[in-house]
Amino acid sequence: MEDVMVTMQRTAERQTLKGAVQVEGLSVVYRRKNYENRVLDSIQLSIQPGEFVCLLGPSGCGKSTLLNVIAGFLKPSAGYVLVDQMPISRPGADRGFVFQQYSLLPWKTTFQNIELGLKIRGVPKAERTERVHEYLNRVGLYKHRSSYPHQLSGGMQQRASIIRALVNSPSVLLMDEPFAALDAQTRHMMQEMLLGIWDDLKTTVIFVTHDIEEAIFLGDRICTMGVHPGRIKSEIPIDLPRPRHFDDTLSKEFLALHRQVFTCIREETMKSMEESF
Amino acid sequence: MAVTVSKPVPTRWFGRIGDVLKTLFWGNRPFRRVLALVIFFGGWQFLCAINFDFFINFQLIPSPWEVLFATIDFVTSDPWIHFRSSIQRVFFGYLAASVLGIFLGVLIGWFEAVEDLFLPPLELLRPIPAVAWIPLAILMFPNAESGMVYITFIGAFFPMLISTIRGVESTLSDTVLIRVGQCLGANSWHIFKDIVIPGSMPSIASGLTIGMGNAWFCLVTAEILAGRYGVGYITWESYVTSNYPPIVMGMLLIGLMGALSSWAVGRATNALMPWRVINKQGGG
Ligand SMILES: Nc1ncnc2c1ncn2[C@@H]1O[C@H](COP(=O)(O)OP(=O)(O)O)[C@@H](O)[C@H]1O
Ligand SMILES: [Mg+2]
Repeated sequence: MEDVMVTMQRTAERQTLKGAVQVEGLSVVYRRKNYENRVLDSIQLSIQPGEFVCLLGPSGCGKSTLLNVIAGFLKPSAGYVLVDQMPISRPGADRGFVFQQYSLLPWKTTFQNIELGLKIRGVPKAERTERVHEYLNRVGLYKHRSSYPHQLSGGMQQRASIIRALVNSPSVLLMDEPFAALDAQTRHMMQEMLLGIWDDLKTTVIFVTHDIEEAIFLGDRICTMGVHPGRIKSEIPIDLPRPRHFDDTLSKEFLALHRQVFTCIREETMKSMEESF
Repeated sequence: MAVTVSKPVPTRWFGRIGDVLKTLFWGNRPFRRVLALVIFFGGWQFLCAINFDFFINFQLIPSPWEVLFATIDFVTSDPWIHFRSSIQRVFFGYLAASVLGIFLGVLIGWFEAVEDLFLPPLELLRPIPAVAWIPLAILMFPNAESGMVYITFIGAFFPMLISTIRGVESTLSDTVLIRVGQCLGANSWHIFKDIVIPGSMPSIASGLTIGMGNAWFCLVTAEILAGRYGVGYITWESYVTSNYPPIVMGMLLIGLMGALSSWAVGRATNALMPWRVINKQGGG
């Protein structure tokens, strides 16, 4: 009963927040000489402010492409994306991005990397330092603030990348398989850490992954994607209580959801495997 | 619970001496470098001593001893004016080449229009060797001094230009780095100064090092124009008068100064890039 109350409160809070994403009839077609590759076909997606949505699908189904369009890196062939009712035409600091690759600028220290967005916006030095230190502390990187990226482990680099995006208070945080390159142990810690931050900041998150367990553990909702052409195939709400802990991945509810999601994407995975032979 | 402790195997005395030699000499990088020079000069002396003549003829080549005596002669008879003239020419040629090469290279790498407007003639001039410029250098410049600076400039300019262009282009082709900037709200100027310039620094630095070598490389050519002074001038003059040991001495002095100044440039540019780590095979 209490849980329901909390969930309702949270939903009510979120409705007043920024970070609504509306994807309308979005298609992306790559043209080669005499051949068209329809990577995304009439994608329809509506995301509430503060929602944590996982895009799940086999590799090659167009998850990154969809995220790149929302980020503004890529122009769609048809359709459009609205973030808080504003159409997207180019990248901007209102949509933070965390890349799968380690993407800290090698020539800047951890501090300078995270500070960059604020510096570009012209935030005064003192305020910048305070904010960056706050976020560094939040993810346990304060003592590494003067290290260069090559001196950090993969997990530290991804933590730094996450707060580099969040320190600018984006409306939406776009994450493209950010933990895929990490070892299982580190990945679990990163997932819990991410949920912790998200709980505080209530930023909308669109999280791309091909890992079913990760999607269930993190998301409020999973959108599974199909291949050829890329489509949203099904939307599965995940109403596991929050805050979630790693032990929960062994619960009965979790496993039931796992089975449900697995059945959903199984067919598409088979399809994508066949096509690659 | 029986715990077996393995006894240290007694190493034989010659094995231990081998270890000592290894840590003292082979593991010692300065030692390895000196060894390389000893082998080089020793081999050369040996080839001269046996009057080696099999396809390559060493019979008329001055031996390291003769070169050493020529060098002692040279150093004891006021060499400073020669060094100073040469260093000055190389310095000004190199300075002009780095400023212009990096400036133009960055613009050509960054703006398509600048590339179209500047690169075709530059590509046409690039393969022309410095020595071919001598007649024009005489005609174009008011005095021999500026002509000589121009010849060293030509040598240093093109490697600097090309490395800078390549550096900028390869940074621009790194989609992730550029996107990182874009989704932090960076405009072109921010991307240029925070991403493209530092990203092309390693390439620019190698241009600076190669350019320094090339400037010295062109010194003999440049100092063909000189009337009296310069290490390259001495080399050329000795050739004209068939006095062989000073030629080799001049060559070695130029090599030495080139190597020293390239090394200095390398140190300086590495200091500008504290974020880089270089791990070589077999490094400690
Ligand atoms: N620049 C491009 N040019 C042509 N085809 C592309 C390009 N980028 C991606 N694709 C194609 O789009 C499809 C989806 O790619 P992507 O969005 O990276 O998938 P995912 O992230 O789900 O693995 C792939 O089949 C790929 O071949
Ligand atoms: Mg992808």
